[in-house]
Amino acid sequence: MATYTLNINGTKQEVDVDPSTPMLWVLRDHLNLVGTKYGCGIAQCGACTIHLNGTATRACMLTVSSVGDQEITTIEGLSEEGDHPVQKAWLEVDVPQCGYCQAGQIMTASAFLEKNPNPTDEEIEMAMNGNICRCGTYTRIKKAVKLAAKS
Amino acid sequence: MTLVKTKIGRRAFIRNTGLASGGLVIGFSWLASCKMTPEQVNNLPKEWFDLNGFLKVGDNGMVTIMSPNPEIGQNVKTSMPMIVAEELDIAWKDVIVEQAPLNTDIFTRQLAGGSQSIRQGWESLRMAGATAKQMLKEAAAQAWNVSADEITTKDGVLTHEASGNSAGYGEMASAATSIEVPEEVQLKENGTFSIIGTDKKNVDGPKLVTGKPLFGLDVYKEGMLTAMIVHPPAFGMKYKGMNADTVKSMPGIKDVFHFEVYPEGIEKQWSDQGGIAELVAIVGNSTWECMQAKKALEVDWEQDSTAESTAYHEEELTALLEKPTETPARKDGDVNAAFAKAAKIVESTYSAPYLAHNTMEPMNFFAHVTPEKAELLGPIQTPEFTEKTVAARLGMPVEKIDIMMTRMGGGFGRRLYGPFVIEAAVISQKMNAPVKLVYSREDDMTQGTYRPSYKVKFKAGLDDEGNLIAWHVRGAGTNDDLIFENRFPAGAVDNYLAEKHSLQTNVTTGAWRAPRSNFIAGAEQAFIDEVAEAAGKDPLDFRLELFDRAINNPVGDPESNDYDPARYAGVLKLVKEKANWGTDTGKARGVAAYYCHNSYVAQVIELEDGGDIPRVDNIWCAVDCGIVINPLAAKNQIEGGMIDGIGHSTYSAMTFKDGKPEQSNFDTYRLIRHSEAPKNIEVYFVDNGIDPTGLGEPSLPPAIAALSNALYKATGRRYYKQPFINDKPPLVG
Repeated sequence: MATYTLNINGTKQEVDVDPSTPMLWVLRDHLNLVGTKYGCGIAQCGACTIHLNGTATRACMLTVSSVGDQEITTIEGLSEEGDHPVQKAWLEVDVPQCGYCQAGQIMTASAFLEKNPNPTDEEIEMAMNGNICRCGTYTRIKKAVKLAAKS
Repeated sequence: MTLVKTKIGRRAFIRNTGLASGGLVIGFSWLASCKMTPEQVNNLPKEWFDLNGFLKVGDNGMVTIMSPNPEIGQNVKTSMPMIVAEELDIAWKDVIVEQAPLNTDIFTRQLAGGSQSIRQGWESLRMAGATAKQMLKEAAAQAWNVSADEITTKDGVLTHEASGNSAGYGEMASAATSIEVPEEVQLKENGTFSIIGTDKKNVDGPKLVTGKPLFGLDVYKEGMLTAMIVHPPAFGMKYKGMNADTVKSMPGIKDVFHFEVYPEGIEKQWSDQGGIAELVAIVGNSTWECMQAKKALEVDWEQDSTAESTAYHEEELTALLEKPTETPARKDGDVNAAFAKAAKIVESTYSAPYLAHNTMEPMNFFAHVTPEKAELLGPIQTPEFTEKTVAARLGMPVEKIDIMMTRMGGGFGRRLYGPFVIEAAVISQKMNAPVKLVYSREDDMTQGTYRPSYKVKFKAGLDDEGNLIAWHVRGAGTNDDLIFENRFPAGAVDNYLAEKHSLQTNVTTGAWRAPRSNFIAGAEQAFIDEVAEAAGKDPLDFRLELFDRAINNPVGDPESNDYDPARYAGVLKLVKEKANWGTDTGKARGVAAYYCHNSYVAQVIELEDGGDIPRVDNIWCAVDCGIVINPLAAKNQIEGGMIDGIGHSTYSAMTFKDGKPEQSNFDTYRLIRHSEAPKNIEVYFVDNGIDPTGLGEPSLPPAIAALSNALYKATGRRYYKQPFINDKPPLVG
């Protein structure tokens, strides 16, 4: 076990965990930030996507010991009132079905749009390809990303 | 208006029975963290009045409507309360929706499955709203000393025009609780709805996009331990022994033990299907610590029955297709005589592999079992049945078992089967502590309860004018017999023979979104295309000809056919019009139609050019599900179902080597992704005012055939074996 001071959603958080613990489980089990979801544990589904210094990162393969003082943003910290343009677009298009993967989809989309504010359909698809939606809301996700890009 | 007796589910409408249990839900601390919007908090009433088990009215006119059925992403948590709100005459903005707990005294059929929630809930949900509205009217009538019949309602306001009296529901809510439940209530006529038929956004949307805890896996409680299971690595194996000592001393590990989920003699429900009799449990402080212990633990397993491989399943299914059945499932006319005189005969065999459900949220459940009671909370489609097995297994009366439902990260049939709930309960009882059981993705994918593997052989005979005169279908599946003998084209062809076989295997199977239809529709509707081509006819018109036959001169007793040929033809005609079928767009197109789960769906799929498996460019989809409650969400279901069908038939398979699943996570099990999804989807509904039917499943089955028929046009190859990505038949000609 070791103690880490993490910079999460703009707040310093201290945890005492095994160094090999992935951030996914640090967030969920130790910090009660459960918006970051467990889907596969091997960076194949994207349900656990967070921002590490603004870059979309899979929390399930990111060990707590490798984070240091880098800035972590989770879905809970994407906006204070749930009004990030991507979140608003998701509601406007009524994207979710079961909704389980959507936090990860939103985190990937929001990091992507920061870097590419006017993407083509193909660029959206390539950026989002690491996020699986088992319910098949892909066409609505694309619509929402385009809507968010416009705002 | 329609006057109806309130006898169906009448117990539900007796006052003050329901919301005692509603309070239980709120009492769970994890739900308290699901914050309401500031607006909702400001508007919260000081006092609630229960008018019946489905709803309560606040003193300020806000209404809480209980959503009785499990929410697995089919959006019943929005659409079912919409039906109540419609008959109650309340503005949708004044409605708060809560997930109802399991309470069979109040709610009928608290089950998510078979696309039946809306169809079977339709009447009782309407009555719940109408009954409460009538009680509010009676209360106002007494207060104003007028006749209740003269009072009108709109958006939560009662008005008596003649006397000039008017009051909000909140003002009459207290008085309404002492009004007798009416014997009869009036329901609105179709066409006069103000909420039903309008787009309403997902009530959980704001919580979903901000990552609020809604799912079973999000349950964390004071003193809670985490548990994981280790199951046999292969089907046909069972537990032999283990050395748990070294693992028990690992950091954070509380206990490691072998346990019987289903001891001899335990009474099982159908929802226990797929359950493994004996497992190993690892219990610890955190998920990661349990995962580490799971990796380190060595368990001995022994062979218990045959180690089956995919090659074995395929061989056995193929052999069954050569074997006539002793008693056909259905026989009209004489197929052999018809084949003997047929001008043309078409024969083909189609097959598909096992599939895993792969809900994005793996199986999990929270349990806190004490000698006094068992509290269970999590994602289950069949709480009523599961509760009975929990009671039997724990040796407690069913009254002491409380099951509460969380929102579910997908179901697709998987959460109809609740062995994981029993496992959580047994582990909690043994640990004497609150426990959340968590399956790893690998546990989830390799545990079983799969969509069966299927194979079917068709033979059709045409006369010299291209009329279908004979149809023979013989199908087989693992632990499942595949064929719906009374579905199309039964009733539309004079000589018809349907036969079905089931191959018993130890690889466990269960319902998977649109059971059996999810394969047979794709095969049948692809074969119809082959037959239409042999007949020299347009595939869509060929289908319409057959429906004409079933409408005008049905073969056999029309009552024996499962489908209504006029509604079937209706969706085909609608999709024909919307897709401009018959005009050359220069792109490959395929059509299919299917009826299942009481709804009718027809689709035209158009492909892009190029690629091994060209991507779907456009889909036109026509649906007849009767009255559409919430078009926005209905279209979402339909879009998702089609993408699900296209994705699984193109990419996905579970295969086995010596009983061991060869896929265990998304690196080896391929699911459709963004860049492979259809680019554009248009959905159209038949507007006929018929009582509503479900949408969770019906759009999936025909998509597979519309795709494979389009693939044939694009590539010149027929795709007989799923997943299509692996099917490389020789070029035709």
